[in-house]
Amino acid sequence: MAKANTHSRMSLGDRIFDSINVVLLGLLALIIIYPLVYVLSASFSDPVSVASGDMILWPVNLTLENYEEVFKNQSIITGYRNSLIILVSGTALNLVMTVLAAFPMSRRDLWGRNVMMKLMTFTMFFSGGLIPTYLLITRTLGLMNSWLALILPGAISVYNMIIMRTYFQTSIPYELQEAADIDGCSPFGVLIRIILPLSGPILAVIGLYYGVGHWNSYFSALLYINREELQPLQLYLRRVLTLNSNQSLLSTGSDEAARQAMRAETIKYAVIVVSSVPMLVIYPFVQKFFVKGVMIGAIKG
Amino acid sequence: MKGLLCLKKKAASIIPRDRGVRDFIVRRRINRNWQLYVMLIPVAAFFVVFCYMPMYGIVLAFKDYRAMRGIMGSPWAEPLTKYFVQFFNSPYFERVVGNTILLSLESLIFNFPLPILLALSINEVRSVKYKKFVQNITYAPHFLSVLVLVGVIRAFCNTDYGIVNIIIRKLGGEGYNWLQRADMFRPLYIGSNIWQNIGWDSIIYIAALAGIDPQLHEAAMMDGANRLQRIWHINLPGILPTMVILLILNSGQIMNVGFEKVYLMQNDLNLSTSDVIATYSYRIGIETAQYSLSTAIGLFNSVINCVLLLIVNTCSRKLSETSLW
Repeated sequence: MAKANTHSRMSLGDRIFDSINVVLLGLLALIIIYPLVYVLSASFSDPVSVASGDMILWPVNLTLENYEEVFKNQSIITGYRNSLIILVSGTALNLVMTVLAAFPMSRRDLWGRNVMMKLMTFTMFFSGGLIPTYLLITRTLGLMNSWLALILPGAISVYNMIIMRTYFQTSIPYELQEAADIDGCSPFGVLIRIILPLSGPILAVIGLYYGVGHWNSYFSALLYINREELQPLQLYLRRVLTLNSNQSLLSTGSDEAARQAMRAETIKYAVIVVSSVPMLVIYPFVQKFFVKGVMIGAIKG
Repeated sequence: MKGLLCLKKKAASIIPRDRGVRDFIVRRRINRNWQLYVMLIPVAAFFVVFCYMPMYGIVLAFKDYRAMRGIMGSPWAEPLTKYFVQFFNSPYFERVVGNTILLSLESLIFNFPLPILLALSINEVRSVKYKKFVQNITYAPHFLSVLVLVGVIRAFCNTDYGIVNIIIRKLGGEGYNWLQRADMFRPLYIGSNIWQNIGWDSIIYIAALAGIDPQLHEAAMMDGANRLQRIWHINLPGILPTMVILLILNSGQIMNVGFEKVYLMQNDLNLSTSDVIATYSYRIGIETAQYSLSTAIGLFNSVINCVLLLIVNTCSRKLSETSLW
C-alpha cells in the first residue's frame, strides 16, 4: 500500500479526498459569491420582480431605471467627488509619512531606533480612546468640518509601517546602501536614489491598503463632518441604506406606497453597486498585490 | 573593501566599555545620520499629536470636564474614581460588558478556526486554476465597506422584499425583519463576518503552508501516511506558530468588537444583545456629551484589553515559546 502510494501518488483514498475537497470548496465559493451576484442582478432588474421574488439569480426585466434614479440625486455625485479627493490626498500623505517613518526605522545604524520603535508599537495596543481624540480634533485643533480631520489622524498606520520597514530590510540588500554611503551619498540621497526606485511593489501594496481604507471609512466623517456638501460617499450611503425605517408596507400601505417601497429597495442595490464600483473595477488587477502585502507582513508581524 | 565594511559594521554594533570612545561612536552615528532624524520630525510630530496627546486626555476620566476650562483647567473629580463608580453602578454596566464579552468570544470561536480550515483545504487542491478561482472569489467580500455590508444585510432582511424572507416564505415559513430580533443579532454579526473575511484571513495561513518543507511530506508518504494524517501531523504543526501569534493578537482585541459594524446594525429592538461597551461609550460621549464618563468607560476597556494581551502572551511564551515580544 505504501509503495502504491508513492508510485502512483493517487490512491483511491486520495482521489475520494480530492473530490470531496473540491466539491466543498466549490460550495463555499458559491455561498460567498451569491450575495454579490444577487445585489448586482437586483440593481438591473425592475423593482416588482425583485420584490415578488421572481428575481433569484439573473436580472429579470432588465432595466436601468434604478441607476437613473440614483444619478438624479446630486448628493451622490458630490459624495463621490469628495471621496475621491480625500482618497487621493489622504493616500499621498499616508505614503509620504509611512516612508519617512519606515526608512529610518529600517536602518540598523540609527541610534535610538529600538526606543522609537517601541514608542510606535505601543500605540497599536493602547490609545487615548474616542473622547480625548474627539476633543483634540474638534477643540484643540479646530478641525470640525475639515477634511484634514479625516486625513491627519490616520496618517501613519504602524502596521503598514512595519510591513514597509520589513520590505526595506529584507528585499533591498544593505550592501547597496553601504556602498552609496561610502561614495558619499547622504541618507536622503539613498532614500531617493536607491530605496524608492526599488520599492515599487511595496508602495503599491501599502498605497492600496490606505486607499481602500479611505474609500470605505465612514466613522471619522460621521464624527467630524456634518456639512452635507463636504461629506464623503459613505455618509451618503449611510443615509440611503440605514436610516430610513424598515416598516412593513404590504399590509398597511396603498398600492402606490407599496410600489414606492419596492423601488426604494432596488435603488439601494443600485447605490451599493455604484459605491463599490471602484473596488470591483480594480479588484482583479490588484488582488495579487494585496495578497503579497499580507505575505510580507507575515514574515515578521 | 568588503572587509572594511564588515569592520565598520562591527564597530557600530559592538559598543566599547570605555565611556569616551562610546560617546564618540554614538555621536558619530548621530552626526552621520542627521538627515534620518530630520525625516523623523514629521513622524514624531504625528505620534505626539495624534497618539500621545489623546493618551494624555485620558486624565479626563478623573476630572469633572468643563468645556470652558479645557482638560487642563477642569477640576479633579471628587473622589477621583467618581466616573468609574458611576459606570460600574449604571444599570447598563452588566448588559454592555456581558454583550461585549459574548460577542467577542463567539466571534473568536467561529472566526478563528474557519480560515485555518479553508487554508488547509485550499492547500490540498491540485489544480492551480481551481485554487486561484476559489481564492479570487473568497477574497472579494473583504473589500466591501462596513456600510455596504450592513446595507446588504438590511436589504436582504427586509420583511417584505428581502431575499431571505422571500425564500423563507417560498418554503412555507414566516418572514421577519431579522435585524430587529435580538436573538438574531449575534448570528447575523458573526455570520456576515465570516462571509466577509474567511478568505482574506486564510491568506496568512496559505503563506505559512507554502513554507513547509516538501521533504517532510515525501518522507511521510514513504512511511505510508495518508492525506489526513499528513495534514494533521505536518501541515497543522507547520502553521502552529502563525496560529498562536494571531490568537494572541486577537485576544488583545477581545473587548474591541468592531464598533462601526455593531453601531450600524443596532436598532432599538435588538439593543438588548447589540449594545456593547463601544456603542455605549459613543452614546454617552458623543450623543449626550458626558465626556468624563465616556472617557472612563473607554479607559476601562483599553486596560482590560492590555491586561488580556499580556496574560495570553505570557501564557503562550511559557507553553509554546511563541510570543509577540
